[in-house]
Amino acid sequence: MTIDLQAREIQPLRHTYAHVAQYIGGDKHATRYQEATLGAQPSANFHYRPTWDPEHEIFDTGRSAVKLADWYVLRDPRQFYYASWTMTRARQQDAMESNYQFVEQRGLVGKMSDAVRAKACDLLMPLRHAAWGGNMNNCSIAAYGYGTAFTAPAMFHAMDHLGTAQYLTRLGLALDEPAVLEAGRQAWLDDPRWQVLRRYVEDTLVLSDPFELFVAQNLALDAQLYPLVYGSFVDDHLAMQGGTAVAMLTAFMPEWHDESAKWVDAVVKTAAAESDANRSLIGGWARAWAERAQAALAPVAELALGDAGQAALADARGALDTRLKKSGLA
Amino acid sequence: MSNVFIAFQANEESYPIVEAILADNPKAQAVHSPGLVKIDAPDSLTIRRETIEGQTGRPFDLQQLHINLVTLSGHIDEDDDQFTLSWKH
Repeated sequence: MTIDLQAREIQPLRHTYAHVAQYIGGDKHATRYQEATLGAQPSANFHYRPTWDPEHEIFDTGRSAVKLADWYVLRDPRQFYYASWTMTRARQQDAMESNYQFVEQRGLVGKMSDAVRAKACDLLMPLRHAAWGGNMNNCSIAAYGYGTAFTAPAMFHAMDHLGTAQYLTRLGLALDEPAVLEAGRQAWLDDPRWQVLRRYVEDTLVLSDPFELFVAQNLALDAQLYPLVYGSFVDDHLAMQGGTAVAMLTAFMPEWHDESAKWVDAVVKTAAAESDANRSLIGGWARAWAERAQAALAPVAELALGDAGQAALADARGALDTRLKKSGLA
Repeated sequence: MSNVFIAFQANEESYPIVEAILADNPKAQAVHSPGLVKIDAPDSLTIRRETIEGQTGRPFDLQQLHINLVTLSGHIDEDDDQFTLSWKH
């Protein structure tokens, strides 16, 4: 008996879901990112308004002063949905684990001078709390923002901030005794050099417009904080003084900042391009918060780099202004 | 004139690669068969890292295309930025 095996091609009746096809212009092949994002925002059949905010629906575009005809235009250029985001971060986590192994096996922390180690802890330990603020703020954007294209990456961004805080904690435990974490917390609470930044973080915690919060946290603050701290201080200043181990153990942060900056810029650029009202609103927020963030980081820059601090901070501000100009905001 | 070709498993990972090839090689034609996408092109076919990265928005290592590569014909010329099939030596 012979069995005749034949390959038979089965043409799918449609290539994607109707609610996705509506956004990509017809029944075409859709990427997983598009299928996980477009049309996913709950928008109808809510019977009651939330008791904690009867002015708004549970998901309401009116919570932000930014007006968009369609909030799905705020696409993430990295095309992160849950799977692609977790796989990317898992790879980075593997790289960080091997960095830790490298540093621990060779005793690189022990080879750093006490002064450099103390300096790294003085600056980086209080920043755990700033990173936690970034986590809270992005959770808030995800909760009160509108449109899955905007809120889903904000939630990823929130978890990334939490990751940064955890890496800083682990760094503290690698460099010194656990008491160093408490010392960092006390500095964040009491040391006058951290109070301006703490005020900035705490003031953003209560911002109610999710888009303004996005600008204040992800653009104005992070675009100056990350290049200043992880670029000028850790990678340039500390590494020159034998603190390469610190740069290895914080390698995730500058890499993540460069990657996520693409998303942040794309969001503000697209929103600003929609109308002049949006442009002046977002541009105004960006300028005001960038000014405040620069002032908040001034004592931190001084603490990190001494006299060279203000020049490094001005460089970071210059880079932020270039980004704003590219996004059509300056 | 003879064709070169390259074939990938038809899945989510190879989709941006196929799109990038079709964008970079106007004469290339994709033939879909069950589980497989075969791309034929006269003389030569180039895969560019930059175009794939433009499709996905994420860094791409050209070696990643081997994960879903099924078969190809032509002489290979590759570096970090591009992967070219042709009959030239």
